[in-house]
Amino acid sequence: MAEYSAFSLLKNALTGNQDWKPAWRKPDPKPAYDVIIIGGGGHGLSTAYYLAKEFGITNVAVLEKGYLGSGNVGRNTTAVRSNYLLPENVRFYEHSMKLWENLSHELNYNVMFSQRGCLNLAHTPGQLDDYARRGNAMRHEGVDAELMTPAQIAKLVPGLDVSASARFPIIGGLMQWRAGTARHDAVAWGYARGADRRGVDILENCEVTGFIKDGDRVVGVNTTRGEIRAGKVAVAVAGHTGHVMRMAGIDTMPIESHVLQAFVSESLKPFLHTVLTFGMGHFYASQSDKGGLVYGGDLDGYNSYAQRGNLPIVEEVMSEMLALFPSLARVRVLRSWGGVCDMSMDGSPIITTGPLPGMYLNCGWCYGGFKATPASGWCFAHTIARDEPHEFNAPFTLDRFHRGTIIDDKGQGSTPRLH
Amino acid sequence: MLITCPYCGPRDVSEYTYQGDGNRTRPDPASTDQEVWNAYVYDRLNPAGEHHEIWQHSGGCRAHLAVTRNTLTHVVSSVSFARDAGHKKSDSRRKTGAKA
Repeated sequence: MAEYSAFSLLKNALTGNQDWKPAWRKPDPKPAYDVIIIGGGGHGLSTAYYLAKEFGITNVAVLEKGYLGSGNVGRNTTAVRSNYLLPENVRFYEHSMKLWENLSHELNYNVMFSQRGCLNLAHTPGQLDDYARRGNAMRHEGVDAELMTPAQIAKLVPGLDVSASARFPIIGGLMQWRAGTARHDAVAWGYARGADRRGVDILENCEVTGFIKDGDRVVGVNTTRGEIRAGKVAVAVAGHTGHVMRMAGIDTMPIESHVLQAFVSESLKPFLHTVLTFGMGHFYASQSDKGGLVYGGDLDGYNSYAQRGNLPIVEEVMSEMLALFPSLARVRVLRSWGGVCDMSMDGSPIITTGPLPGMYLNCGWCYGGFKATPASGWCFAHTIARDEPHEFNAPFTLDRFHRGTIIDDKGQGSTPRLH
Repeated sequence: MLITCPYCGPRDVSEYTYQGDGNRTRPDPASTDQEVWNAYVYDRLNPAGEHHEIWQHSGGCRAHLAVTRNTLTHVVSSVSFARDAGHKKSDSRRKTGAKA
């Protein structure tokens, strides 16, 4: 019987709801595991889940320095999409999309995945051509994409300024109807519970302070909760990749850490029924089930590990929002926050074995980490279990920069803050 | 976040353009050493703490500045002219007005 079901609700209601188990245990660290995963965010937890479920590797520990889901998995803007241009990215993110479509059933946990579509607005003929090209590239890979006219967009998104007198008139857009949003915390909790029930130890408040090596080989970690050894040590720490790798003796990485801010407004009646992006700046918004607008824009643009940003970007994001929706001028911002993004040199992720023996690396997610959560864990688990990548993550190597096989979806070159 | 320009005094960060990591030195243009070029283009120290970086006061006096800033706290601890600090401009042959 599923742990959460109509029957279990009824049964627990009759016993006064005294018998619900916590979603995950709080075990003490064992001295050794088969696999250690550093980072208890979405990617680390989904990796643990798929290691246990797909590969039967259950002697696994997930180490989280704070509380579970306190990093980027709880700091994103919840959008899920697979509207990329390059085939390597389209295939990977579409695999993720397919996992999302069944995730609530898979986890027996409602992740509130809502396929409300994601619409990229175009404001110049060149941009519309570019979106048409991207849409064709998506369809070529079997992903849905539709070019929309201003009339269709006006009908879909009431309140949008589609007049010819707008500062940046809207001349069309690219829609992926299967895209949408998901409840980020539920994704972390659902994967955590699924991994925990299969025997994975989730160790919170357990910060890695160093690596234990046998010659070149990584054989364990020192943590704030003692020494833990493992046959395989996997790193999935997003923005903190640089200094975690430095502890292992790797000084430089093709990554810069940047702060990305996000915002939520006071609750409004439902009026934005899709995920919307503004093409003339960098702005994306959706409306949560509580009614708040969840939105964000550019990185602050300089290296930062602070989980907070500065005001110039706040002003920029608000002004872009008002360029689209003049009617929102008096809506109040409820709160804002920042997350540390691991901006890679070509805007694409890294999921690979190495770079040291006994180590596995998952990083470089830029803005795209949340939507990748299922496929990232699925591919990383495969890579850890088999010691070789799956075809979906085979292109996402660490040495692609030095080999010249970069995957630069935006064509920005090696300036991470522009991806 | 304020950066104190040696010419103009304390100014808001929005007047400046970030030019990235200041620890990098462009290899000799005549060099054909792939590893050296790859390291220059792609590899970063990315420290959590004190970070040496280049900013240009593009909305002010246009000077390139060598700035030491803490990436955990955003506290700027030193600012000097990039040329005095021994940092080369990231690309002296870049066209005027081109983005870093």
